[in-house]
Formats: sequence, structure tokens, C-alpha cells
Amino acid sequence: MIRYGFFGGAPQNTAFSAPIEPLPPPPQVALAVPARPGVKTGDYVTVGQKIADPGGGTPGVYAPIAGRVSAIGPRVQGSGASELSVVVDNDFSDTLSPAVRPPANPASLPLRQLLTLIQEAGIADGDGSPILSKIAAGVGRTDTVIICACEKEPYMAGNCRLVLERTAELLEGAGILAKLYGVDRVHIALGSEQREAIQTLQDKIRENKSPAVVDAVSLPYPQSAERPLCRAITRRRVPPGAGAAAVGCAVVDAGAVYAVYEAVYLGRPLTHRVVTVAGSGIQQPRNLLCPIGTPIRFLLDACGGVDPKTYKIVLGGPVTGRAQYDMDAPLGRDDGAVLAFCGDEERASAHPRCIRCGRCIRACPVGLRPVVMYREMQAGRQTEQLSACIQCGACTYVCPGRMPLLQAFRGERKERV
Amino acid sequence: MNYKNLTLAGSSAPHIRTGYGMGQMMSAVIVALLPALGFAVYNFGPRPAVNALVSAAGCYAFETIFRLLRRQGPGDLSAVVTGLLLALLCPPAVPYQLLLLGDFIAIIIVKQLFGGLGQNILNPALTARTVLLLWGGEMRAWTAPHASLPLWGAVDAALQPTPLELLRANDMAGLRELYSIPEVLVGLTSGEAGEVSALLLMLGGLFLIVRGVISWRIPASMLGTAAALTFVFSWGNGRTEWMLYQLFSGSLMLAAFFLAADPVTSPISPAGQLLYGAGCGFFTALLRYYGPWPEGAGFAVLLMNAAGRPLDSFLLTGRVEKPAPPRLPEIFRRKKRE
Repeated sequence: MIRYGFFGGAPQNTAFSAPIEPLPPPPQVALAVPARPGVKTGDYVTVGQKIADPGGGTPGVYAPIAGRVSAIGPRVQGSGASELSVVVDNDFSDTLSPAVRPPANPASLPLRQLLTLIQEAGIADGDGSPILSKIAAGVGRTDTVIICACEKEPYMAGNCRLVLERTAELLEGAGILAKLYGVDRVHIALGSEQREAIQTLQDKIRENKSPAVVDAVSLPYPQSAERPLCRAITRRRVPPGAGAAAVGCAVVDAGAVYAVYEAVYLGRPLTHRVVTVAGSGIQQPRNLLCPIGTPIRFLLDACGGVDPKTYKIVLGGPVTGRAQYDMDAPLGRDDGAVLAFCGDEERASAHPRCIRCGRCIRACPVGLRPVVMYREMQAGRQTEQLSACIQCGACTYVCPGRMPLLQAFRGERKERV
Repeated sequence: MNYKNLTLAGSSAPHIRTGYGMGQMMSAVIVALLPALGFAVYNFGPRPAVNALVSAAGCYAFETIFRLLRRQGPGDLSAVVTGLLLALLCPPAVPYQLLLLGDFIAIIIVKQLFGGLGQNILNPALTARTVLLLWGGEMRAWTAPHASLPLWGAVDAALQPTPLELLRANDMAGLRELYSIPEVLVGLTSGEAGEVSALLLMLGGLFLIVRGVISWRIPASMLGTAAALTFVFSWGNGRTEWMLYQLFSGSLMLAAFFLAADPVTSPISPAGQLLYGAGCGFFTALLRYYGPWPEGAGFAVLLMNAAGRPLDSFLLTGRVEKPAPPRLPEIFRRKKRE
């Protein structure tokens, strides 16, 4: 279990106390697009203009900067795979698209119009799927709405900073969710160690009379997993392999809720996100509001560069993120952190072994048995449990024998697709 | 900044891991055993400490030789734990050559030939001790507490029956005369070097449970079963007194916390752990009552070692369990709240 400050597992050089600051505008962004882009090479795009329609299980894509489209073609993204991308050269004018205009009376919009606004904003939930499909699937079947303001992974501080600095906006977003789902109030889950954020939120709820309630949860990593969150807040047990919807709950990431607020109150699509730049190799950890598609070198530069001994630069969280070799890899919509490591955080072993201690079973947030899954996999057999695995990596983090569990489960899943 | 000069590793996630690894786990076991070893030194002089050093060094050497031959790098602290346990499972005056033979059996035959740490089916130290018991004279030289043992050569110290031998003979009068219950609890008796102090072994075991090295289920169910059986079948003596003597004497505490609870050879599933512990407790009582030797805890754990993994294969499967809500008869069911 990832407990902070216990047995040397605590993240070092974090950015929890750094305020959200805007990244200096990058000269170029590269946006991965799901379907055929709606722009051509040489087109002039403006901030908030639609670049591509939703498709393939991802929401639509919008331009975060104004400038000319210099290239459309395959480009290596943060995942390491080459994806169809639209490259926009910044002209630093920040011309706003005419499509971006705040609705006249956001507080009393009809439901249908709310849903249209949210769909047209390209908002993804924590796992990358469009927020609209989650809401559409859950309306009428959900009695508990949980906004997860816990961090997705260690080092990430974006949700905590959003709660501290955009409290009122987040609560407006929570109000919209309550209206959409037809519930009296929404739960906002925060890690119990985030005392300051909890206090700020509670004060603001009282002041604004918002339809929200704060739940301080004390969970090990992954704090944002649906199953433990539902259990902690509603005492309901989600069966392994099922989502929160199975017990009438909906879990929405705080970042997505903030984007819902911006979509409904400002008419702005999702074009930026808060990224934590931290880790032992970073000179000055910061939380940056970055245009999606920014090459990660600009994020590292904004934090004073990295230590020359840095051996790994990770895009995404430290437990599930991808190690990068090309600093021009663009930031994706779901990447909450850019991390550089120069210490012994990795702790890999040349001779991994299982001593059957059972820690992986206790760490699994969805109630699986990684030790059995791995053993069966080595024997060439398939297990039902593998398809229920959410690949959070908690088992691999805690393994004292340093078994490559997550690595194996990821590889196996790809083979089966 | 120029990022071209960095030497970047391209490994797969996770990129951070807990600092709590095998080394921390094994050193916790060593720390937990040190009080018992310290008491052995108080009870029998410096010989048990020398035994422990010789045995640990022997195990580490055998492990390192074997691993270097297989190009796996040097050994780790797990061999030291095995060596320490073996020394504690032997009488204080055990000859050094027997200890080294035990080290060879434990590390090479029981552990490394099965594939090394995590692969062995039987507990190495326990199996080696059981083979060494073939040397009946040396392995049952129960020297009296505070007898001065020479560090080298033949032992001519006074011998004294262990509490278990008296229990086996159902000689309660003799037992009460030789040892009181507090004395047995603290460890002022004859016996194996590490088994005498039940109190310090319990403290070490609690430390391991708190640190999450062992599960509480196995010691709890082993001691619980043994306590229940010895309480019920007291051979015509005072039940509580008989039970307490049985619990605190012999290697029951050492077996419950340090041998049965060894994660490598015990089941992982909670139900399996409870069954496993109950089996250990049952066979301990059975062997103490009807076995050929007064002691039974070590044999009981060795027997259950063989059952550890099969238990898991029934109780720990790769299926996804969808817990069905418990169905109670209509009259017990609470009305659904509207």
C-alpha cells in the first residue's frame, strides 16, 4: 500500500504547496485526434476551435492555442505509439474562436442544453472516456454522485490545488452534476491527509450553500479507484470486474468537474489541464496549467530543467505512466504529471521472486489475486480475474520481491485484444 | 535546457516501488529473533550465540556458493534467517559440524534445489533440524540452565529434563518441583536454545505481525487449537495449569510465530491460513500426547508444510467471485427501507 511517509515509500520533492501557474505559451502543440480532423494543413485555427469530432471512445479535440496548422500526420505521442496528430504553430495572438461564448443564463439552462454544452466541450473523465457517455449511462440509475478530488497517483497535486484555488468553480460544477443526475447533493471525496483542502471546501460549501458534502477518505493508492471509493462513502460492495454503476454510484474526477463548469459557465471547451511537474530530478516542482499537446520539454524547462543524473522522465503518474525518451512527446489529455527521477525510486531487481506474502492481494483495489493471475499466466492459462484488472499497479508497487506483475498483466491484455 | 545528454532508461511502469523490500522483511525477522537469542545467552552462556553465528555464516556461504555457480549474484538475508532459526532449534551444546551439516541440508537440498527463495515447499531450517534429530544423543543433550558450556569440545555439563519430558510422563509433581509456570513462561528451563523463552518469542512474533511480515491468522489458530485441545484433554490434571504448561514449554511458540507463519510455506488465502494453523495445532497436540518423542510442534508444522500449497489451490483460484448476498429465511429478513 502506498502510505505517505511509511517505510520509505513517500514521494519526495512534490508540488502540493505550489500554486497553479500558467505555462508560458509554447511555440507549438501536437494534438492526437481520434478521427479525420476537421482542419487542413495551412488552416488558421483559433483558441477553442474544434479540430476533430469525438470517435473511437475519445471526446472531441479543440485547439488550445491560435495559429496555423503546420502538419497533419502520424506523430509519436506520450504512449510511445505513433498516432494521427494535428500540429499547430503558435502565433501568440491568443485569438479566441467565435464558438467560445458564455451562455446567457448558465444557472437555469434546460438539461438538454446542458448536455449539448458538455458534449461540445471535449471533456474526458479520469480514465480518458468521454464524460457525456458516463453521465448518459448513469442518469436515472444513480443515487450517489462522488466527485473524486483525491489524486490519481502519488506526486500528482492537481486535484488538491483545484480544490484550494478554484473552490467556487468546482462547487458550481458539482451543482451541475447534481442537477444532471437528479440528486440532492454530491459527495466530494478528498484524501484525509489534505486537511487544508478539506477545510477550504467545507467553508465554501457553507458559504455558498452548495449541494455538496465533503468526505475525507483514508485510502491507500489508488485513491481514485471506483471500488474502494464507493465502499468508503456508501458502504456498498462493488463486485470485482464491475464499475461503480453496478451499485448506483457515479465517480467523476474533479478535473472533469472543473471542465464541466468551464463548459457550462464560460462556454469553453477543454483545452488545458493542470499538470504536476515533480520528482527527485526536478529543480523546482510546480503545478502548471498547460495547453494539451505541449511538448513536455517546455514543462521541464518551466521548472528549471532536470538534474543531470536523471535516469527517467515519466509522462503520467509514477505507477502507471510511460517513461519518455523524446522530450518532444506531447502532453495528453489524461496526463496529470511529468516526473523526473534521479534517486532509487525504481527499486527494480535483477532477480525478482515471489515469496507468497500475499501483499499484492491486500493491495488490490478491485479484490483480485495478482499472485494467482501471474502464476496462471506463466502456466499459459487464462484467468477471469485478468479481465477485471484495472492495471493500477498497486500490487507491483507493494511487492517486496519486485515481481513484474503490472508489466505482465499489461502484456497479456494486449495479446488478448 | 538540452535533454540530449541524459541517459534515460525506457523501462515499463511502475517507476516507483515501496522501500519495503525483501531485505527489510528479513531483517525484521532477525530483529524479532534477537530477544530469544539474547535470553539463550543469559540461560546457557555464550555458546548459543556462537552457534547462531556459525550457522548463519554457514547458510550464507552455502547460499552464495550455489547462487554464484548459477550466476544469480550473492545470497541475501533470507539465508541468515534460516541459519539463525536452525541454531535456535538445536540444543545449546549442539556440535558445530552438525550445525554445518544442517546448513547444507537446509540451503542446498531443501531450498536451492527447489528453485531458491519462495520456491521451497518445506521450511529449510525445520527440515534440517528434523534430519539432525537422527543424532539422538547430541540433539537431546538438555543442559541445565546456567550450566557453563565450553565453546569447544565435549560437553560434560549437568543435564536436566525439559518441561515437555515431564509433561509427557504425566509427572506433574516433578514438573511443579522443577519449574513453576512463570519460570516456563520466561524461559528458565532446559531445552532447545531458542525455544525456552515463550515470552520473548511472543513479543518477537507480535512485532512481526505489527510490521506485516507474518499474518496473525496462523499463529492465532495454531495456538488457539493447541490451547483448546490441551485444555480439554488434560490427562486428569488441573485443566488450566496443564494447558499453560503445554503452551509455554517446548517449541510451540517458536513454531507458531517463526515456522508455521513463514509466508513461503504457508497458504496465502485467509481461510487456508486458519485451516493450516488449526492443523498445526492439532498435530502438535496429537504428537505430544501419542508421538514417540515428547515434542511435536516442529513435526506438526513440517507435516502441514506439505499441505500449505494444495490448500491454496482450492481456496485461491483465478475466478472472479461475485459475492451473492446472503439469503436469510423470510422471517429474519429486515424490511427494505423505502
